[in-house]
Amino acid sequence: MSRLRLALVGAPNSGKSTLFNGLTGGRAKVANYSGVTVETRSGWLQTPGGIEIDLIDLPGIYGLKARSTDERIAIDLLCNGRDGEAPPDGMLVLIDAAHLRTHLHTVLQMRAIGRPMIVVLNMIDLAERDGLKIDVARLQTELGVPVVTARATRATGRADLLACIDAETAHWQAPGSATENTVNTRDADLSALQGEARAIANKAILFEPAMNRLTRQIDHFVLHPVAGPFILSALLFFMFQAVYSWSGPFMDALEAGAAALGQLAGNVLPAGWVHDLVVDGIIAGVGSVVVFLPQIVILFLFILALEASGYMARAAVLMDELMLRVGLNGRAFIPLLSSFACAIPGMMSARTIDNERDRLTTILVAPLMTCSARLPVYTLIIGAFIPPDTVGVFNLQGIVMFGLYLTGVVSAVTVAFVLKRTVTKGSNQVLIMELPTYKLPNPRDFLFSLWGHVSAFLKRAGTIILTTSIILWFLASYPSSATTLRDSYAGMIGSVLEKLLAPIGFNLEIAIALVPGMAAREVAVGALGTVYAIQGGEENVEGLAAALQGAWSLPTALAFLAWYVFAPQCFATLATARRETNSWAWTGFMFGYLMVLAYIAAGATFHIATWAGL
Amino acid sequence: MTLDQLPKGRICRVTGFASGCEDLVIKLREIGFAESDEVELMHRGPLGANPLCFRLNRTLIALRSDEARAIQVDAPA
Repeated sequence: MSRLRLALVGAPNSGKSTLFNGLTGGRAKVANYSGVTVETRSGWLQTPGGIEIDLIDLPGIYGLKARSTDERIAIDLLCNGRDGEAPPDGMLVLIDAAHLRTHLHTVLQMRAIGRPMIVVLNMIDLAERDGLKIDVARLQTELGVPVVTARATRATGRADLLACIDAETAHWQAPGSATENTVNTRDADLSALQGEARAIANKAILFEPAMNRLTRQIDHFVLHPVAGPFILSALLFFMFQAVYSWSGPFMDALEAGAAALGQLAGNVLPAGWVHDLVVDGIIAGVGSVVVFLPQIVILFLFILALEASGYMARAAVLMDELMLRVGLNGRAFIPLLSSFACAIPGMMSARTIDNERDRLTTILVAPLMTCSARLPVYTLIIGAFIPPDTVGVFNLQGIVMFGLYLTGVVSAVTVAFVLKRTVTKGSNQVLIMELPTYKLPNPRDFLFSLWGHVSAFLKRAGTIILTTSIILWFLASYPSSATTLRDSYAGMIGSVLEKLLAPIGFNLEIAIALVPGMAAREVAVGALGTVYAIQGGEENVEGLAAALQGAWSLPTALAFLAWYVFAPQCFATLATARRETNSWAWTGFMFGYLMVLAYIAAGATFHIATWAGL
Repeated sequence: MTLDQLPKGRICRVTGFASGCEDLVIKLREIGFAESDEVELMHRGPLGANPLCFRLNRTLIALRSDEARAIQVDAPA
């Protein structure tokens, strides 16, 4: 028997990803559909009855009226299939048991598509803990489709679902050809559907307690008109302090490890070009980037925790008024905060914004949010040039780091403000957003997503950074007649750029490092590592930070930091911007304005710092 | 009266939706607002203004007052 294709459908926050990870063991592959660039995850599982299933995880939808890009994909795939693929054979429709009354009409809309389906009353344990009592058998009778319950916390909570899939799919019809979506989404139809849903809910819900108490109590503070914004800023400040201070011991250990590895390789390998390539090229280059893994892990830890706990939606509410003033929407806060980790998922999550102009503005300013790839650059320079003094209870290095993040945010807000009044004019979209019940993040899901991000970073270190380190090592070491960096191939290329960059205080080494740094921001650190390792030769045992202290003036270091607040040096981000905006012109515009800002900011910083006598 | 005028702490029921803005009404319906549902204003945004957070049955939903104006409710006692 061929595999059964099942789509996982449900409202946002109905626990789809937890169930998806639970059912498939997290073995997901990401599929790209043409045209729009939406990725749907799909995974494979086998039921106890031996049925093989391809499970497709769709973006969350409340109904069948598509507005945002995300919703359009989900609905299109459900109703008509995509890219010549037939629509799925059936649907698992998830509904959060705690919100049965409010969301039941979504199930009825899915039922109206007319495809086989199983309703999963999800997180029933949490709803029951609140005191909600649901007559599941009655619900099934009233809906006329199978209903099973699933628990949020335990894997055993999925056994019913698997058994139901075995029993039900046996008598499902073979999938028909793609049918046109004929489901009505007019107000009148929806109204009738909601009437039906509420009538069913009245019969199936035996007891309905007040809202989740813990959520009410937490929101009393978190959404307080005065305390709320204060808590949000304190949380963000704490997050950035933690990224900087908690990572210390781990980074020291990794650094020591890289140094030991370099030493070991240096002793084992006979002198010659292989020795130089491994020690100066690979270990110095890749090592200086991998060292930053702890900071990236901590940053993602915070962002994922904020997201999974339900706080992120509150942050969007708190930021809405402020975002509105600059011409954005509260919803844009989530993509922009994700961009602190990486602009790529940030730009992609802008798909939840249904106003195209708002979405475009959000994408254009997303690279200004300081992504984790800039951390290595910032950490290196701050570590080398800013003394680790304490100012009050804060660490001076942490304050400088916070200042850099803040500069990025302020620039993003300013640029958005200007864009919305010039090139991306248009009306504001509405804000209609559900605030999920607070919950402790599921550890398994949490680790899955964390690992996804960490492995992406390591993969980059192992591929792009490794490759550029090797190429750069070659260019900086040859021709073999070259005695100084300037005579090498890299020096020849760099000296052209140097002329352009000299007015903003950049030297030859920086010019050389910026070229491979186009591939990804953190590559610049690896590149500096390689360049200075070659130059320093055997004396360069103190590490890159010490080498920089000797070679750069403070104004140059500060200018370099200012450059990285703006510089659009990441091919992947540009490629994503191209896909998401579907326009070379907008991508070019983004690249251009960021480059201009980087040049001006670095130049201004250099000259002001020099003038101030730093 | 309309939902944006509802004072904090009073519970009322949805009686209908504004006419002439079908798109907005469909969005409101899709997220769950329906006739006879129970609503209550729970929180106001920073500075006591937008957005407004409403309890709809057992669900918490944030709206701006412009959106809330499209929802008609019975005057609370």
